[in-house]
Amino acid sequence: MGGNGRVCHVKMALPSKPLMLAKSFKRFVIAPLLLTLASCATAPEDKVSLLDQVQSRGELRCGISGTLPGFSYLNDDGSYTGLDVDICRAVAAATVGDADKVDYTQLTAAQRFTALSSGEIDLLSRNTTQTLSRDSAGGNGLTFAPVIFYDGQGILVRRDRGVTTLEGLANQTVCVGSGTTTERNLNDVMQTRGIPYEALKFEQAPDRDQAYLNGSCAAVTADRSALNSSRSGFPSPDDHVILEESLSKEPLAPATVDGDDTWADAVRWVVYGLMEAEERGITQDNVADYVASATSGEQEENASLRRFLGIEGDLGTKLGLPNDFVVQAVEAVGNYGEIYGRHLGPDTRTAIPRGLNESHVNGGLHYAPPFN
Amino acid sequence: MSLSPVPPRLRQPNWRRRLLPILFQAAIGLLVLGAIALVLSNLQVNLIRRGLGLSFDWLGRPARFPLAQGFLPYKTADSYAWAFVVGFVNSLQVVVVGLVLSTILGVLAGAASFSGNWLLRQLANVYVAVARNIPPLLHLLFWYFVVFTTLPGVRGHVNALAAWLRLPISVEFMALLVGLTVYTGAYIAEVVRGGINSVPRGQWEAARSLGLNEGRTLRLVVLPQALRAILPGLNSQYINLAKNSTLAIAVGYSDIFSIVNTTFTQTGRSIEAFVILLLGFLVLDLLISGGMNLLNQVVLRRG
Repeated sequence: MGGNGRVCHVKMALPSKPLMLAKSFKRFVIAPLLLTLASCATAPEDKVSLLDQVQSRGELRCGISGTLPGFSYLNDDGSYTGLDVDICRAVAAATVGDADKVDYTQLTAAQRFTALSSGEIDLLSRNTTQTLSRDSAGGNGLTFAPVIFYDGQGILVRRDRGVTTLEGLANQTVCVGSGTTTERNLNDVMQTRGIPYEALKFEQAPDRDQAYLNGSCAAVTADRSALNSSRSGFPSPDDHVILEESLSKEPLAPATVDGDDTWADAVRWVVYGLMEAEERGITQDNVADYVASATSGEQEENASLRRFLGIEGDLGTKLGLPNDFVVQAVEAVGNYGEIYGRHLGPDTRTAIPRGLNESHVNGGLHYAPPFN
Repeated sequence: MSLSPVPPRLRQPNWRRRLLPILFQAAIGLLVLGAIALVLSNLQVNLIRRGLGLSFDWLGRPARFPLAQGFLPYKTADSYAWAFVVGFVNSLQVVVVGLVLSTILGVLAGAASFSGNWLLRQLANVYVAVARNIPPLLHLLFWYFVVFTTLPGVRGHVNALAAWLRLPISVEFMALLVGLTVYTGAYIAEVVRGGINSVPRGQWEAARSLGLNEGRTLRLVVLPQALRAILPGLNSQYINLAKNSTLAIAVGYSDIFSIVNTTFTQTGRSIEAFVILLLGFLVLDLLISGGMNLLNQVVLRRG
């Protein structure tokens, strides 16, 4: 509910002698209180952007799910890993110069927006679907960064049920996560098609999955990527299938709080930088070579590459970032394709074909505007 | 002739002695009011700056989220306001039944700890120790995931019970009810034990000398006297039960909190939704408190 990191503080000095209490009250308590009240009421607009706050703090506070393999999950060594986590790391690398300077907060679906708008976190990177209501000031009041994963809502059922369409779930119970877009999508689709069903709501994804495994519901619905992650943790993943049809479009994007364009722009262009790097073939391993070559080598005359890497011009500085912010980010986590491959590629437990999530040069939807 | 020395404290002028406490009280009052005003103005300024004035218009719009079958009829085209009512009644249902059952369980366990039977006494002690030392959320998760949905046959029995009673009783409701009952029952057992302990030993001995057996001593002599000490303690346990019922979402039961949760992520109206939730609980707790105070007065009047 609070403003963008601006809080009204009341400082109270306690009087040293009890006898002085009455006099001191006026001086030490009421006066500052009235002063603070007055200053709160006028609410000066010269608020400090989160970008400056993150940079002076030297640490990014990032909200993640923490229970979704492939997107954000705890490693054996206690660190977080996944696509959502790498976005946090890339932003930290670009803003404070160190991908490890991230303070992660694990949030439930219902907590995430309040955490962001109350200023508890700087960046929400928690498989969050971009929708009109969430974007608008009259809704959740978020500002979305570019979509980092194009998803759709799916349905997971036991293979031996033989269900292949939504109609097969008539009069069955479906487990859903509370506080997500999936509750409403499920209802919209089922009602439109006249399929009667029951729903069981759970706040935590692991509880939702456990209830499904225990037979409380015939199916689970969530984003296809989430179902895929969940299934990878089931005792026998092959006994469960995700239905072919998608119930909705679920573009998952990182988000920042409304009304802080400086910070939103910085996050946006860090994400675009990861996509542009993939398009240009710049990877974690060869980024240093690219920099060397563009500084004084073969690519010395390649002006657009020089601008992209921050050797020429002031693209980064315009955003309030180091001029070589793309280099910092790619050195820390690799380009978008590398991040995807690491967490969702064919060799991982949570493999998802890239499909729409390919770069536009390969027929996908990831397309970064020009770095000019 | 000499005046006795006036103690220095009394030498202060009269007005000062009287005025000081009043000033002090006024200052404290101002401070509290100021703090409230500070919070409210901060809220309003920030809300308006973000284009989010407080509004309750959305209450009339269709909720469009599904709910499990409850006590009241609900269609997804119904309004948010109706969804809140359904959730409140769902909460009320589990709280009321829970109050009755946990009282029975608590009184039985509390009385059993005074039994002459060694086994019964130890069973009561073990129950209280175990149930009281496990957090309520774990109780619910245990009953739901281990007992009601994993043990074979339990689900079938619950469904049979629902069909027989013709009530919308689900496995989720039962898990929540049993979890809350077992947890709260242990606290009530302690309250009852304390109440019984407060009755002088002489009363037990007197009853025994009249030839009453253990059960009748407890029922006719001790419990009626213990009731005065038990009732105030029961009140706070009942309110605890009502508050703990918000953990329902962990086991998939659609109580008022779970519905508010969904509503504020769909509408973005977290402050308004939480105000409604808080008022709902205030009403519920005041109802419980009011009822218990009434009962208390009746007991006191009867002497």
